[in-house]
Amino acid sequence: MTQLGETRRELALDCFLLAGRIMMESGAETYRVEDTMIRMAVSQNMVNSHCFVTPTGIMFSPSEELATRFVRVNNRGTDLERVALINSVSRKLVAGEYTLQQAYDEMLIIDQTNYRFNTWLQILAASVASGCFLILLGGSWIDLPYAFIFGGTGYIIVETILEETRVKIFAEFIGAFIIAILASLAVYAGLAKNLDTLIIGSIMPLVPGLLITNAVRDLMAGYFVSGLSKGAEAFLTAFAIGAGVAVVLSF
Amino acid sequence: MNWPLEAFLSFLAAGAFGVIFNTPRRTLLSCGLVGMSGWLIYRTFFLAFDDSVQASFAGAFAVSIVAHLLAKKFRMPMIIFSIAGIIPLVPGSKAYNAMRNIVENNYLEAIAYASEALMISGAVAMGLVFAEVLMQLFFKRQAKRIQRKMGLTQE
Repeated sequence: MTQLGETRRELALDCFLLAGRIMMESGAETYRVEDTMIRMAVSQNMVNSHCFVTPTGIMFSPSEELATRFVRVNNRGTDLERVALINSVSRKLVAGEYTLQQAYDEMLIIDQTNYRFNTWLQILAASVASGCFLILLGGSWIDLPYAFIFGGTGYIIVETILEETRVKIFAEFIGAFIIAILASLAVYAGLAKNLDTLIIGSIMPLVPGLLITNAVRDLMAGYFVSGLSKGAEAFLTAFAIGAGVAVVLSF
Repeated sequence: MNWPLEAFLSFLAAGAFGVIFNTPRRTLLSCGLVGMSGWLIYRTFFLAFDDSVQASFAGAFAVSIVAHLLAKKFRMPMIIFSIAGIIPLVPGSKAYNAMRNIVENNYLEAIAYASEALMISGAVAMGLVFAEVLMQLFFKRQAKRIQRKMGLTQE
């Protein structure tokens, strides 16, 4: 077995941490991140490595003689395309199709490229989802255009506030608040019929579905720190949405 | 209940959530199908047994199984397929009603709604877990069989 050179090991470490950070920032499950990093490390002959991933930081300890490294995970969003891309790069690295340098370059490109759909397309998707849920949850067809518009508006508001302030709870609170106000106005003006289904349909794009799924999967895989913190995040989001609607309904 | 309409709407909704979560473009259609199967099974159970907790369990179980199969097929993380399908099962209307009753000072009714929402979320979580364990067992056995066929393990 060939001894790894010092620079090569540093490159390997950078590569693993970059992969972990991108996956964590894009909304992958914690146990998948750890699994990916360990698999990549084993493929590079670093057998005795350990890593510890939390939603806010990643620690990776390669072996006895190398120092432990740490990266911070700053902003967590949802970008499943990146998760899939990093996953395929790591698969190729493990299978030996990519060299370490190639994999690292590929990951740098993935880190810098914006894979998101067009903003307007996302807003349209939020509107369509709101409209569909309105009908699925038993709303009337008269309310459909309002759910369509309010769902899109809520999504725009949440995304803009998130961009400006980085405080997720506040953004969701304001989003739900404005949706509830608009829905109440539409109902009191006699345009829409059923306030409850209208509000429920319109706030559906804000529901923390990814967080709930991730929290459950992490808890079941035995990663209690991340499972509980993601569960707390999901609960706070749900609370913010509920509070935003409750403020309007209490008048 | 209008089956084709509900199927179409849940397909559309799950696909739209796929766009919001930025799933890879070639999996969008599959995301929609996962959402559709989950919702239709949920509705069928709900109409047959009139119990939203069991229905949510069945729906989440179906979503998770289908997502696992698709993940194997596409060689992508399973979460890409499951989240868009889980969202329709989240007890949004129950939680909303609980909160509305709290605001209107009907605490007893609010507790009933809140505990129902809690039960449904628990059922969804259990559905996910059961499917996951089942699939793990299945795939482990399958992998062993393939290894034995290729002569990688001695017995």
